[in-house]
Amino acid sequence: MAAVTNLALDGLKRGSVAVVGAAESDLGQVAPNTHPMDIMAQASMRALDDCGLTLKDVDGLFIAATQVRMGPMAFAEYMRIKPRYFDGTIIGGSSFMTHVTHAHAALQLGLCDVALIAYGSTQRSVSRAAASPREFNYWESPYRPFLPSSAYAMAAARHMHQYGTTREQLAAVAVAARKWALMNPKAWEKEPLTIEQVLNARMVSYPFTVRDCCLVLDGGGAIVMTRADRAKALKKKPVYVLGEGESLSHANISSMPDFTVTAAADSGKQAYAMARMKPSDMQMLSLYDAFTITPLLFLEDLGFCKKGEGGPFVASGAIEPGGKLPVNTSGGGLSYCHPGMYGLLVMIEAIRQVRGECGQRQVNGCNVALAQGNGGVLSSECTVIFGSDATL
Amino acid sequence: MLSLMEKSPMGVFLEHLAKGELAYQICLDDNKAFYYPRSVAPGSGSSNIEWRVSKGLGTVYTTTVVHYKGEPPLNVAMIDLDESFRMMSRVEDIDPMQVKIGMRVKFRVHAGDAKMPPYPVFTPVGG
Repeated sequence: MAAVTNLALDGLKRGSVAVVGAAESDLGQVAPNTHPMDIMAQASMRALDDCGLTLKDVDGLFIAATQVRMGPMAFAEYMRIKPRYFDGTIIGGSSFMTHVTHAHAALQLGLCDVALIAYGSTQRSVSRAAASPREFNYWESPYRPFLPSSAYAMAAARHMHQYGTTREQLAAVAVAARKWALMNPKAWEKEPLTIEQVLNARMVSYPFTVRDCCLVLDGGGAIVMTRADRAKALKKKPVYVLGEGESLSHANISSMPDFTVTAAADSGKQAYAMARMKPSDMQMLSLYDAFTITPLLFLEDLGFCKKGEGGPFVASGAIEPGGKLPVNTSGGGLSYCHPGMYGLLVMIEAIRQVRGECGQRQVNGCNVALAQGNGGVLSSECTVIFGSDATL
Repeated sequence: MLSLMEKSPMGVFLEHLAKGELAYQICLDDNKAFYYPRSVAPGSGSSNIEWRVSKGLGTVYTTTVVHYKGEPPLNVAMIDLDESFRMMSRVEDIDPMQVKIGMRVKFRVHAGDAKMPPYPVFTPVGG
């Protein structure tokens, strides 16, 4: 077994904790004046119902949201609970993967017994600009990049220049996501999508049209975690945390070292080492698809194809229903739901695949699934590998 | 170390810009250039920093064209300066779609406006 490269994660034991409950809130467009906390609370109670635990059991709280600056406090107040342990780490869309890692540590150390990770957003209702106001930064703001889109667009442009990746290949990611979404009753998008429709849609930030960009919707989710021994006694089949990795690269896109290589190369290595697994052991991937370039970069950086070959790989149909590697079976942030910080929903689909709950889109015999979180502008990359009891 | 009571890193940068200069910093411990300007050197935390003035020549590392509703398309690009630092900027005096990766560009000062202090932009070399 390769050594875990992140010493901070050395103490985390493979399979010592499990996700026992998982649920989405209402998704799409919620009623006027809904507060992000309303969404978070709804998802949390659904996740607790999912495993048969109650609000009183929750003693570890992990909350991040762009519209609620001090998440753990707001949640504890709303629910009138007094958690023993709490964490409000916010690193964008991958915050929740980091929360899994932090919850893992807290559970293992006995700092809490039932960890709840929750998120909610009303960004469609109040507008993205209101839900995630951008900080002024003299070194970028004068140039008026349309963030985050322009940052990812510049990564795509560099990948196209360096490896010959085409807009059609990028569009194939959106088309594959749409095909999966048509099998998910909860997906926002209900109509088929073609490569031509992606290419001819309204241009946002070249090379991206609006169809290369994730949805802007209301919604949220929650997951509940316990130590493995307790997990076995609960309602649903436990989904064990086998591997975790996390890596910070930069905050602003102008400080990204190489626009064609993400920190997922690092977080993935850590997660594989901890899980004692390799890419070919993964049966399903849930890759944060903020933009069409994102999963393409992750497929390369997580070892599913060589650097530079992501374009031909996705264009081959490999990640579509019926392809050799099921990716983003929910329909992803591109076609299912993207409520601002999408990482929790990324994990919920992976968890459901391992549980075998995905109906028409279920990957046969899925015992191992990898969830890749992404935050900021390819800034924070966090990997979690989930497995069924067959993998312990 | 630069006393933050007297001058800020951005303040020194703007003083240079007012003279038509693109300033950057270099850590004298490892001779590495860095940008944006900081109060200590990244990586080392060293205070052994020197300000330098760039020749203002660079190469487009990557580029995009932003489409804001009701506005003409707008270029945003990353520029690799010859002195080995990278910055976000805009290439002007050219159709935004014609800004290409690998293109050589030269610095000039944009005057800014009521809401924005002056800032560096670029134009194509020999364009």
